[in-house]
Amino acid sequence: MNPLLPFFIITPLVGAFLIMIIGRFIKEFNKYFTSLILLFLACISFYFLFNTGENIFVYKVGGWEPINKIPIGIYIVMDGFNAIVVCIINLVGFLSAFYSISYIKRYTAENYFYALFCLMIAGMNGVVISGDLFNIFVFLEISVISAYALVAFGVEKNELEASFRYQVLGGIASFLILFGIGFIYWKTKTLNIADIKEAFSTGYDRTYYLFVQILILSGFGLKAAIIPFHAWLPDAHSSAPSPISAMLSGVLIKAVGIYVIIRLFFNMFAISEGMAILITTLGTLSMVIGVFLAIGQWDIKRLLAYHSISQMGYVVLSVGIGMILISRGVRNEVAALAITGGIFHLINHAAFKGLLFLNAGAIEYTIGSRNLQEMGGLAKQMPATAATSFIASMSISGIPPFNGFFSKLIIIIAAIMAKFYLLALLAVIVSIITLASFLKFQRYAFFNKTDNKNERKIKEVPFPMVFSMVIMSIFCILLSILVFPQIREAMLSPAIDILMDPSRYSSTIIGH
Amino acid sequence: MIPYIMCFILFLVGLYGVITRRNLVKIAVSLSIMEISTFLFFALIGYIDGGVAPIVDPADPVKTYVDPLPQALVLTAIVIGLATTAMLMAVIIRLYRKYGTFDIREIKNLRG
Amino acid sequence: MKGMTIIVKKTTQLISGMVFLYGIYVIIHGHLTPGGGFAGGVIVAGSLILVTLAYGGDFLKLVKEESGTTIVESLATIMVILIATAGLLFGTHIFFNNFLPKGIVGHLVSAGVLPLYNIFVGTEVASSIFIIFLSLIIFKEESPQ
Repeated sequence: MNPLLPFFIITPLVGAFLIMIIGRFIKEFNKYFTSLILLFLACISFYFLFNTGENIFVYKVGGWEPINKIPIGIYIVMDGFNAIVVCIINLVGFLSAFYSISYIKRYTAENYFYALFCLMIAGMNGVVISGDLFNIFVFLEISVISAYALVAFGVEKNELEASFRYQVLGGIASFLILFGIGFIYWKTKTLNIADIKEAFSTGYDRTYYLFVQILILSGFGLKAAIIPFHAWLPDAHSSAPSPISAMLSGVLIKAVGIYVIIRLFFNMFAISEGMAILITTLGTLSMVIGVFLAIGQWDIKRLLAYHSISQMGYVVLSVGIGMILISRGVRNEVAALAITGGIFHLINHAAFKGLLFLNAGAIEYTIGSRNLQEMGGLAKQMPATAATSFIASMSISGIPPFNGFFSKLIIIIAAIMAKFYLLALLAVIVSIITLASFLKFQRYAFFNKTDNKNERKIKEVPFPMVFSMVIMSIFCILLSILVFPQIREAMLSPAIDILMDPSRYSSTIIGH
Repeated sequence: MIPYIMCFILFLVGLYGVITRRNLVKIAVSLSIMEISTFLFFALIGYIDGGVAPIVDPADPVKTYVDPLPQALVLTAIVIGLATTAMLMAVIIRLYRKYGTFDIREIKNLRG
Repeated sequence: MKGMTIIVKKTTQLISGMVFLYGIYVIIHGHLTPGGGFAGGVIVAGSLILVTLAYGGDFLKLVKEESGTTIVESLATIMVILIATAGLLFGTHIFFNNFLPKGIVGHLVSAGVLPLYNIFVGTEVASSIFIIFLSLIIFKEESPQ
């Protein structure tokens, strides 16, 4: 019962409402206060990352102890897999909040921006550390409603239309999830994730089980923007303000989409082969269709948004290969390698996609347009932006020694060792097309000879924006040390062990 | 069995409204109808045969009560639905101010 | 914003006080009868909206009301989280614990910390719904048409 665990939810909530009160009287309070709160959260998330080795922290809210070995309270759980995702959320959140200290001068209602930002962080933290099914739904709604309001923040025509489309599709997804939770409660009469696993292991009806899995996969798949549920993502991620785009594309689709799918399908449902093949197929389709739709784009942020769909396809593909191998019951080392590749690519994508969106925001801050055909020759006047953008483009295309190369290498090796040769070939082809697309971005934005259509004086962006971009590019280079075996044992292996061994999660939590 | 099928039919009516209606406000109202079908389904799950409402009366303590947990879940979900509908309405009013029409076929500024 | 005719104004004068009192009754008896914070808060907000619709008000008065109500809502939410954390910092070190003494079943002052939660949640829900209503009216008023 570590008393630091509820602070992930308490601190941003109190901070959001304090900003609303005090921000009316003191003008500069809200910007620095938000950065301070997120720095504190990032520090305690790193403390948990280094302290959660093989043990699981369980916190029973309200102090309700189990009766006859049946849990009756709401549990907050922190194990190896959670700690990684919580670190990603708080670190990228801190860098985005620091970036927006100077970016926010374009908008007028600063109080509401920072209050909604803190509420979104509180919601995402709540989804990731919760051990109870309905608690996930409530915090999911808190974070997603804040995201709807932040996408429509500068109220022009494009942003309102993108927010409306996001809201209707997100609303349908939430009610599919609620239906799924209703069906699970009907048969098992409990809402605790570990206890539902125990109830399902005693026997179930085949048709009912398939129906519930399809409902949960559709609902959370819509939040994670897997193909065929991707229609809201290009509009929403390109119309939002740039720090919010970095948060949405770098953290939100992972924390409330991919993380919940992996957690529920590995630790709650028993894996069946048909479902695993379906998930792998959806991942492959996302990977291929995303990159083909991204080639012909001339708007920077729409290009980056389509590449988000493709990289999420990589993660779902490798997790799907792991599921197929576990359901057949053979070759556990290859399954562990596939899931390692997936989670490593999740961490890397948060780093370089956040950096790419912050760069796009810096370009838009100085020039004022997002069209690739109207800009050129920025490399001499904006050295910091050009250097960090070059590092991020090389990372996402998979060039050594940056981090994207190592995670894609692990995924391709796992696919070949499991004898899925077609999937490995598709992964290599998609990586080459990604490289072509980002070379085009680099050439048109930074290295082209401009014919000086706009005679504005172009200089480097202010200090907070440069600081955030440089810190994130340092992480892009540092994260490639996770491939060495000793560091991988310490950081990634606890996560893999929890996911691969289904009975250990539930027996540890119920036994606490 | 019949009340469960009615809940599902109500969900499909709401989904049909979201897909085929052209007016923005009608889409928002159809989304509300979809939520209400989910709340009905939750309230029907907790029924036990021969149970009464779960309010403890000090004079007569031992009875069979229906399950009170889904009722608490529905209360929370109703408030969440209210917040979603209010957010949708605010965006619709601003869209009307910018475009001058409620028709969704006119609002196609973003393409590709 | 214009008010309504004199019949509506007289009826509102008679009724709105009773609706407000009924809302407060539902909030405070939340641990004995069905209702509690959410339902009672919506009823209290209903009575406030009734008075605003019947009597109208000009633009500056509505803006001042909205800023005051925002401060009340934020304070109520901070009080809810502070009561939940007071168990964590002092005393028994458990989040969300029920630490006040529980009285006799069926009396008004009983069940520990639950009536305090009901009151603060009711205040917050009422002010939230009133702010939604006021924001939409202010947006309509400040347009040049």
